[in-house]
Amino acid sequence: MAVAEMIKSIAQAPEKEYYLPGHRTCAGCGPALAYRLIAKAAGKNTIFIGPTGCMYVANTSYACGPWAVPWTHAQITNGGAVGSGIEAAFKMMIKKGKIQDEFPNIIVMAGDGGAIDIGLQAASAMMYRGHDVLFVMYDNESYANTGIQTSPATPYGATTMFTPAGPEIPEAKKFFPKDPMALFCGGGHPEVKYGATASVSYPIDLMNKVRKGLAYEGPAFLHVQCPCPKGWTFPADRTVELGKLAVEVGMWFLYELENGVKKFSYTPKKLKPVEEYLQTQGRFSHLQPEHIAKLQAWVNAKAQNLGLEVPLPPVR
Amino acid sequence: MTTLSKDLAASRQFISANDAVSYGVRLCRPEVIAAYPITPQTTVVEKLSEFVANQEMDCQYVNVESEHSAMAACLGAALMGCRTFTASSSQGLLYMCEMLHYVSGSRLPIVMMNANRTVAAPWNIYGDHRDSIAMRDAGWLQLYVESAQEALDTVIQAYKVAENHQVMTPVMVCLDGFVLTHTYEVVKVPSQAEVDRFLPPYAPTENRLDLAAPKSCCISVSPEWQTEYRYKQHAAMQAAKKIIGDVDAAFGAQFGRRYGGLLEEYRCEDAEYVLLMMGTIAGTARLVVDKLREGGVKAGLVKIRSFRPFPREEIVRLAQGVKGIGIVDRDISFGYEGALGTEVKGAVQGAAPAINFIAGLSGRDVTKDNIEAMYRKVIDLARGQAEEEIQFVGLRWEQW
Repeated sequence: MAVAEMIKSIAQAPEKEYYLPGHRTCAGCGPALAYRLIAKAAGKNTIFIGPTGCMYVANTSYACGPWAVPWTHAQITNGGAVGSGIEAAFKMMIKKGKIQDEFPNIIVMAGDGGAIDIGLQAASAMMYRGHDVLFVMYDNESYANTGIQTSPATPYGATTMFTPAGPEIPEAKKFFPKDPMALFCGGGHPEVKYGATASVSYPIDLMNKVRKGLAYEGPAFLHVQCPCPKGWTFPADRTVELGKLAVEVGMWFLYELENGVKKFSYTPKKLKPVEEYLQTQGRFSHLQPEHIAKLQAWVNAKAQNLGLEVPLPPVR
Repeated sequence: MTTLSKDLAASRQFISANDAVSYGVRLCRPEVIAAYPITPQTTVVEKLSEFVANQEMDCQYVNVESEHSAMAACLGAALMGCRTFTASSSQGLLYMCEMLHYVSGSRLPIVMMNANRTVAAPWNIYGDHRDSIAMRDAGWLQLYVESAQEALDTVIQAYKVAENHQVMTPVMVCLDGFVLTHTYEVVKVPSQAEVDRFLPPYAPTENRLDLAAPKSCCISVSPEWQTEYRYKQHAAMQAAKKIIGDVDAAFGAQFGRRYGGLLEEYRCEDAEYVLLMMGTIAGTARLVVDKLREGGVKAGLVKIRSFRPFPREEIVRLAQGVKGIGIVDRDISFGYEGALGTEVKGAVQGAAPAINFIAGLSGRDVTKDNIEAMYRKVIDLARGQAEEEIQFVGLRWEQW
């Protein structure tokens, strides 16, 4: 494993941008911020694979794209497979002496659907085969580019266009989300030595996790929470604030799984009640006390499962 | 270019057509192969994995989890400027469908082999053309072959055609499942040096991922430009018509074997009754033509090698002076007719009366007697007798 050069402060972060302004994402777009930070951390010698999702649709139009490094679209199903092919090709070209380049950072930037729903099969296979690719799941918790439909990353109790609240299903989304870290980094994919969660609201932490993941030879996984003003229904100037609040209430946990060892990157002194988070977003405005209690119980159980030893709010 | 540790010398080998494809692929030195197994394609990619394991091929072999990912991995590798290969069949080809369109629209010269097998339901693993015909409009060149030798030679030709900068379009080499893929014949395997001379390393265009010259690939294109992209795809396919012929001729000059380019005619010079078909049925039909000729019937046959691009002009010319045409389809487009039937009849525009025979579905044997009966029906039609325009050959409840 190469040693990743860590960034200690925003002032020390590279100034050079590889995801440039001029794209057409929404104001306050969390995924766009993630792209910018990830591209900045990865640097020049990088190839991005972008399965269909917001970060494809809103970023590309004919003869116009925001990337200053090579980028290709992949189907929403197969970011992992296109990444595998690019990696295999690069290995072969280096072996044959066709190119003199250093092996590049190959990064798949998949949305939540492209990572753990329709894209799960190819992502899993890429990690199983041990391709030297960083698979990033930029998670805005819905199929956002088609107009906010539920995905397996959408939280319990959120309204989406496919899970409206009504008398039949008063809490809107009934299911609890999949756990991508458990799926990919819980030991089921032995080649994955490094996995981490991150948030756009903790940029230094995010950039360093990108570098650590890239430094590992073989597949690495990064699950990045990216608040989405449109999908979550909050004002566009509150993206970073909401990402922080998610961590304060335990709707997001920041940790790494490195060679099977878990390490929290940041832990609040105590978790705030989840209701404080729910109140900030229109997608939860319909929730009744019993639903909030159910979600709080889920948060508390998750904190305990992860081994977070801080005081938890009561479940009312 | 690195040399193989075990470069092939020219040889004659008693092998299956699937093995012949594997030898053809090996000789073309692909750099990335991605494959998923399906009957009756499997032995092609098994053999290739053996070549790689034995250091007889210098190639990254990726065992993907699906056909969709097989083509996706080839797309990624081709975007890097590598020569790639995959193979599939039937349900697998259908599962790959989305990626077939994506690869052709991205103008990547991937070569694949398809072991023609019918499409479920009802489930059946045997051969007909319903899988590849269903991919007719995926923007791939489709070449249908008749023998193991033609399969090997066509794989080599396919790379040469696909990678021509006027074409830059993927090619599917189609072999009838089992009756060709799993039957054995003596095959001349050319030497690595000879094939290297015919097929130089792949020289990609600027349409690729390059760290030194960053660009976005497989982009989205707005309505203002999409038509122009489609026009260029079509123009490339049209240009491929001549290039398929040129490559076949150059191959013939070097290796002593050629296949007629877009199509092969057999005893068509003065033919009055002509059957057109694709794939292995042509082998049986040749014997029937010889027998009919001995009996004084001016029979001929046309083996269509290239279904896409379609050899319209050649077929129009052949139809001149012909009294009757039969088109043999190993597929059926439900609610209309066989796909080859539609294409041929559309080309000749009534220049001769025609019957579309639907035969050999799902591995049903097409016998000499069946083929002779088809010629007789075409002759009857030409002589003014009433014949159904579309006929399923050998239906159990009909007299054939």
